[in-house]
Order: sequence, then C-alpha cells, then structure tokens
Amino acid sequence: MAIRRGSGVAAINYPTGMNLGGDPTQALVHSTPTGNFMVTLSSVDLGQGLKQIMAQICAETIGVPTDRVIIDTADTDTGPHCMGTFASRGTHRAGNAVIQAAKEARQVMLEVAAEELEVNASDLETDGEGNILVKGAPQKSISIFDVALSAHFKRGRSISGRGMFLIPRSYPEKETGAMKPSTCYAHACTVAEVEVDDETGEVTVLTVKNVFEIGRALNPKMVEQQLVGGSWMGISHALYETTEPYYPNRDHGGTDFNQYLMPGPGDLAETEIIVLERPSADGPYGAKGPGEMCANPQIPAVANAIFDAVGVRIDTLPITPERILRALKAQAAS
Amino acid sequence: MAKVPVQFTLNGREKAEFVEGGTTLLHALRDKIGDTSPKGGCHQGTCGACSVIIDGELKLSCLTLAETCNGATITTTSGLAEAGVLHPLQRAFLDAFATQCGFCTPGMIMAAKVLLDHTPNPSRDDVVEALSGNICRCTGYEPIIQAVLTAARANSQNAA
Repeated sequence: MAIRRGSGVAAINYPTGMNLGGDPTQALVHSTPTGNFMVTLSSVDLGQGLKQIMAQICAETIGVPTDRVIIDTADTDTGPHCMGTFASRGTHRAGNAVIQAAKEARQVMLEVAAEELEVNASDLETDGEGNILVKGAPQKSISIFDVALSAHFKRGRSISGRGMFLIPRSYPEKETGAMKPSTCYAHACTVAEVEVDDETGEVTVLTVKNVFEIGRALNPKMVEQQLVGGSWMGISHALYETTEPYYPNRDHGGTDFNQYLMPGPGDLAETEIIVLERPSADGPYGAKGPGEMCANPQIPAVANAIFDAVGVRIDTLPITPERILRALKAQAAS
Repeated sequence: MAKVPVQFTLNGREKAEFVEGGTTLLHALRDKIGDTSPKGGCHQGTCGACSVIIDGELKLSCLTLAETCNGATITTTSGLAEAGVLHPLQRAFLDAFATQCGFCTPGMIMAAKVLLDHTPNPSRDDVVEALSGNICRCTGYEPIIQAVLTAARANSQNAA
C-alpha cells in the first residue's frame, strides 16, 4: 500500500454557441442627448463580465471611451431578441450584433458631424476620446457631445443602429452525416499531476498546467479570471461534484452543501494558465467563447493521471475514492 | 408570535427593530433594516455568504437569532468603506479580480477582516484556514487568497 504518483494529459476543442434551430442575437444602440451610447440587449451578465465586454466592443466600434457606453441587459420581454446566455456564446454572438449596431450608429453620428463641420462624412475620423476630427486637419473638430446635441435638437436625427448576428442552422448531409455545427472553436490542453493513495482511494491533484487558445482576449484580466476559476471547477467536476452520485439511481443525491461536495480554498492544486491568442475569423475583434471550455480538459487529464498512477480506468464522474477502490479490487481479482 | 424589541449598533449607527421571535439576524438585516450586503446562500450555515462581525467575532447571520444581538456591535461589508473610500480589503478584491458573480464576496471580506484584525501578517495557510468556511463557485479561490494577502501587506505598510 502506497501513495502513487501519475500524470495525465488531455486536449479539447470546444464550440462557441450552438446549432439547434439557428443561433441569433440582436442588439440596439442609440445615443443619449449628451453623446453617451446606450446598448440594449437581452443577453445577461451573470458575473462573467458581459457588460464590460459589450461596452468595450461598442466603444471600440463607435470610437468613444468605454465609460461613455451604458449597457442595458433589459429583460427578455422588452429587449431585442437573444437566444440566451449559455453555450459560451455571449461574447461571440452578442458582440457581433453590437458591432453591427454600433457601426450603423457611428455612420449617423459621422453624417451629423459632417453637416456641422461642412465636410464629407467619409473625411471624418474619431480620436477615441470623444471627438470627431477631419482627417489630415485635426484642428477642425467637433465633440461627440455637441454632435449628439445637434442631432437631437437641431437636425432631428436619431444616432442609432440595429444589429443582428445569426449563425444559421446546419443540417447534416444525408449521405455522409457531415455538418458544420459550429463556426468557431476554442481549444485547450491540460497536464495534471496527481497522487493516489491506493489504500484509501483518495486523490490529491498536485498541479494542473493549462494552455487555452481563446481567440483574442478582449479583456485579458477577465479572461485570466475566468480561466483560473474554470480550471478549478474542472478539477471539482473530476473529483467531487455530482447531484446524482449513484446515477441512474436517483437516491442519495446531495440536497445541500453538507452533502454536495464542493472543494474549498484548502483543496487547491498548483495552477498554471497560459493564454494563446489566435483571433477567430468570425468573432467580434477575433474573440471566441472561453466560458465553459476552460472547465473541461482537467477532467480527462485527471482521469488519465489516475490511470498512470494506479492503472485503473475510471469512466464515471466524479472519480471518488470508492470508485477507485472498487476498480483496484476488480483489477486485483482479474 | 409576539414581537421582540431588538437594539444594536450596525456599522456605527444605532438600530432598533421589532422582530418576530426566532427571526434570524440575516433576515432582520436584509428585510427589516435594508442592509443587503450579507447574502442568504444556504440558510443553514454551510456556505459563509451571510457572514457578519458581531462584537469582533465572525458569525453566520443565518444561524444567529436577531433577539440574541441586543446591545451588540455588528459590522457588515456595507459598513467598511469610509467617506466613499473603499476599505483596503475591498480595494484588494477589486484589484485582484477576486470577484465574479459577487455572491460570496461580502462573506469572504468579513472572514478576511476578522483574520486581519487578529493576525495582521497572516501566512497563506492562515488565509486558507480563515476562508475555509466560505465557498465560491466562480473564482477558484486563488484570486481571493491573493487579495487577502495583498490587503495584509498594504495594512502593514501603512502601519510602518
């Protein structure tokens, strides 16, 4: 009886969004009278940071500072249609819709500025700080604040735009079954090191080293935050968490945190995160969906590491001490 | 059931309420007084989201009866900022990106404050031990541990 050490590796591809009946998201953008920009969405920020990312995308597209953008996630009764915030689709689908809406609003904004400055709209550019300048003659400029006032009170224009992003449903080819269920994939690879006590079946994850390829990281600190939390959650899924420990028998499910195992701050593996950025062809500014992907590769990596350590393949999650001991017993008997 | 008068000091202010016998402090704070910073996660003392400080000690407000708090001095996360300036722990949580959905954050900050009040220069193990009654779904804990260590360093530099 001994503590045995093993390491395992796993790599995954993870689709962004889903392929059920088509995957649409819409966005609306309009300016307030003082030149702030309101983005209306039905997508939801549940802590992942959608509001911040949508504000960055809108600001980048219109050419204003991020703090000039207000995100209203509205509700699904009153907001423009969105399939929802799931399937790692928020940044990609809503982001593309916001870009389209913001481009249309930017065009109106430049047209109003052009009338005020008596130039062509195509000769104008934004400085990203709230001003519109004539290309090559930046002394000739107007603030977006003044443009918005002019649009509202003088020229009767609505500085606004509509955005729609749709990934149509992909059907399989009848002959081959070939299809394109997703247009955009994130990727990840994890190496896990574990110790397995072959007397008690207990597993300790020593290290997890993750590489995530997530398109462009639109907000690198928030991406890192998501990936660190996701890596921990992956280990939790591999070893601890389940609502149905004896599935398909539904008895004995955890009903509270006394029975539903969630690791605490004392159960952390040494974690390393490396981000690779390969901008996606159809993502907003090259982004993909890193949301759920980041909690996946740890699970097969830990299972492989356990196999490396004690020679048993566990194919049911979570990999509890009981399951390991039963597998070791079966192995010894055969 | 007869109502019971309760008086205590909450974040430096006197509060007086009539509560039903058996009302938890969590319920009294959130629904009577309107301080929603303590969160009701599990209502049975297993998640730590409702943590508050009562007379200098970390307590689970979901398991504390309001009527037992007569004359007590209670601190919640909403009382930490002074004159609009965030408490060093709040600042450190922000800077370390130690919060995502935010539901565990007030409880984490309460647990961390009691730790730093008693142990100004904690080790990493001290921090882990202090936070071990609080669970977090989003962060994987590491950013929270780092935030507490950062706040401790900031405090000791200010004291020096």
